[in-house]
Amino acid sequence: MLEVGTTHYLVLSFLLFAIGVVGILARRNMITVLMSIELVLNSVNINFIAFSYQLGDLTGQIFAIFTIAVAAGEAAVGLGILLALYRLRETTQLDGATEMSG
Amino acid sequence: MAVFALFAFLAVASAMVVVTHRNPVYSVMSLVVTLISLAVMFVLLGAPFLAALQVLVYTGAILVLFLFVIMLLNIEREAPGGGHKLQKLGAALAALVFAGLLATWFVAAQGAVEPVPLDAEAVALVPLARHLFSTYLLPFEIVGVLLLAAVIAATALARRGGTSVGEDEA
Repeated sequence: MLEVGTTHYLVLSFLLFAIGVVGILARRNMITVLMSIELVLNSVNINFIAFSYQLGDLTGQIFAIFTIAVAAGEAAVGLGILLALYRLRETTQLDGATEMSG
Repeated sequence: MAVFALFAFLAVASAMVVVTHRNPVYSVMSLVVTLISLAVMFVLLGAPFLAALQVLVYTGAILVLFLFVIMLLNIEREAPGGGHKLQKLGAALAALVFAGLLATWFVAAQGAVEPVPLDAEAVALVPLARHLFSTYLLPFEIVGVLLLAAVIAATALARRGGTSVGEDEA
């Protein structure tokens, strides 16, 4: 049976990161974009913890805790912006929100 | 290996559903599957505390918040088609770039280091707490202030300008 090494976890994290980035770029629904951002942040967490495990150093786990805390704040503010956007234009599609594109 | 393979497959498959499904409720539900699979990964990597945090904070708080907003706004299914051609092109390009990176990395990563397991006392909560509250005390406090700022910002954004919250029925 094949041993699971750090590389396997890194490949998993890489795949999740790529899926998240494609979701951010391809979707037009703001709530799906926010979910894709959560995917990207989680893929980073796998990297932190996999290297923490490989190096026997707890710093990676500490940083993963900080990532989770910042992700919670990001989700709260993002959903607040979503609510404000919905109030302004009765939709959560990002297509119409181009006022700041110059 | 079997546990890793099962949950890695689950995580990637449900992540695909998250970004491809047109109904946001199904997206949130499959994001729950992804995050719980990742919690299993954290247990496998000797970080049971982070697995607990993942389940409590992510699936317990953040995703409930997402679901709450979806239900509140009654977000409908995304209409098929439409969208910018440039956007689709950019996404396809990003997917290609990542596939290429992954392929080159597979070639480069031959002879990767096998993991050295943390010993039992390093996995325990006490060393983690000692790190968090001594070496990383300042970042910890800053994160506390950041969360406070996020709460205030979210409240200010979500509340209708000028009127009190109780007046709107939405």
